Amino acid sequence: MSSVDATGLAHHFEDLEQQHESATLGMWAFLITEIMFFGGLFGAYVVYRTMYPEAWENGSKELDVFLGALNTTVLIGSSLTMALAVRSAQHGKNRQVIGFTFLTMVLGFVFLGVKIVEYHAKWEHHLIPGPHFMFEGHLGGHEELFFALYFVMTGTHAFHMIIGAGLMIWVILKAARNEYTPQHHSHVEMIGLYWHFVDIVWIFLFPLLYLLGRHGHASIGH
Amino acid sequence: MSGNQPHIAPIKLYLGVFATLIAGTWLTYWVALQDFGWLNTPLALLIAVVKATVVVLYFMHVRWQSKMTMVFAAAGFVWLLILFAFTLQDYFTRSWLPIYG
Repeated sequence: MSSVDATGLAHHFEDLEQQHESATLGMWAFLITEIMFFGGLFGAYVVYRTMYPEAWENGSKELDVFLGALNTTVLIGSSLTMALAVRSAQHGKNRQVIGFTFLTMVLGFVFLGVKIVEYHAKWEHHLIPGPHFMFEGHLGGHEELFFALYFVMTGTHAFHMIIGAGLMIWVILKAARNEYTPQHHSHVEMIGLYWHFVDIVWIFLFPLLYLLGRHGHASIGH
Repeated sequence: MSGNQPHIAPIKLYLGVFATLIAGTWLTYWVALQDFGWLNTPLALLIAVVKATVVVLYFMHVRWQSKMTMVFAAAGFVWLLILFAFTLQDYFTRSWLPIYG
């Protein structure tokens, strides 16, 4: 890294402020592509839900609201610890960065663990789209479409979290080498932006997938 | 604002944001159990939009960033609305004309 000076300024930037601004804009440009990527899935969701509203409610009732709400809470918690990790980096407190980042990673794995439990239950109930899909005795139907979207949307979301957990390891390694200073910590800040974005996707997925047609049926899950 | 003097938000603010998001989660669950007719989904979306806005402004620091960053952040969501508007004006109007497909 010979092109970066002692303060962390790369040679092609005027000053640290400009460098930070570039990193932030670049990260947001990437997040825009992510918004459009998930936007396509949400678009498909809206179109098919409008076409088959009953199938959507039937499918939604098969999801476990308790586990969905639990995971929402876990993910919001991980966003808090991520924000605190970035805050610690702003103070140049690398040991705190390690602690909060590790906590964020642990909460991420809790989320993924709960997701595995949910996916397993769907497997046992023959709710995985494909030749063995069964919904209340009948084959296929539009409920299968709901579950196809459920697995693609939550699956790509979970995949983003796995990538996020990998990025956390990178943050921890950098913090262990005391690389974050009050002047230079864009690295952890940008990874924070990514993690919060993944949180936002779930904020929409939870009500749209888990909470349809619940009124009048106040039972939680099965 | 950024770079040399980053804006450092107090921990209390982050805890407040966290509490707001948790409260929003409970509220969205409560709303789902009530029968508001066709308003159920708009209400759920409204709560989700408020939660997402809070995350963008405070956890993602957009509130303290440059105007340019704000424009970038807003652009993604504006284009998302365009994507929805054009997709839906197609699908929802197909039955208006006696053309198949």
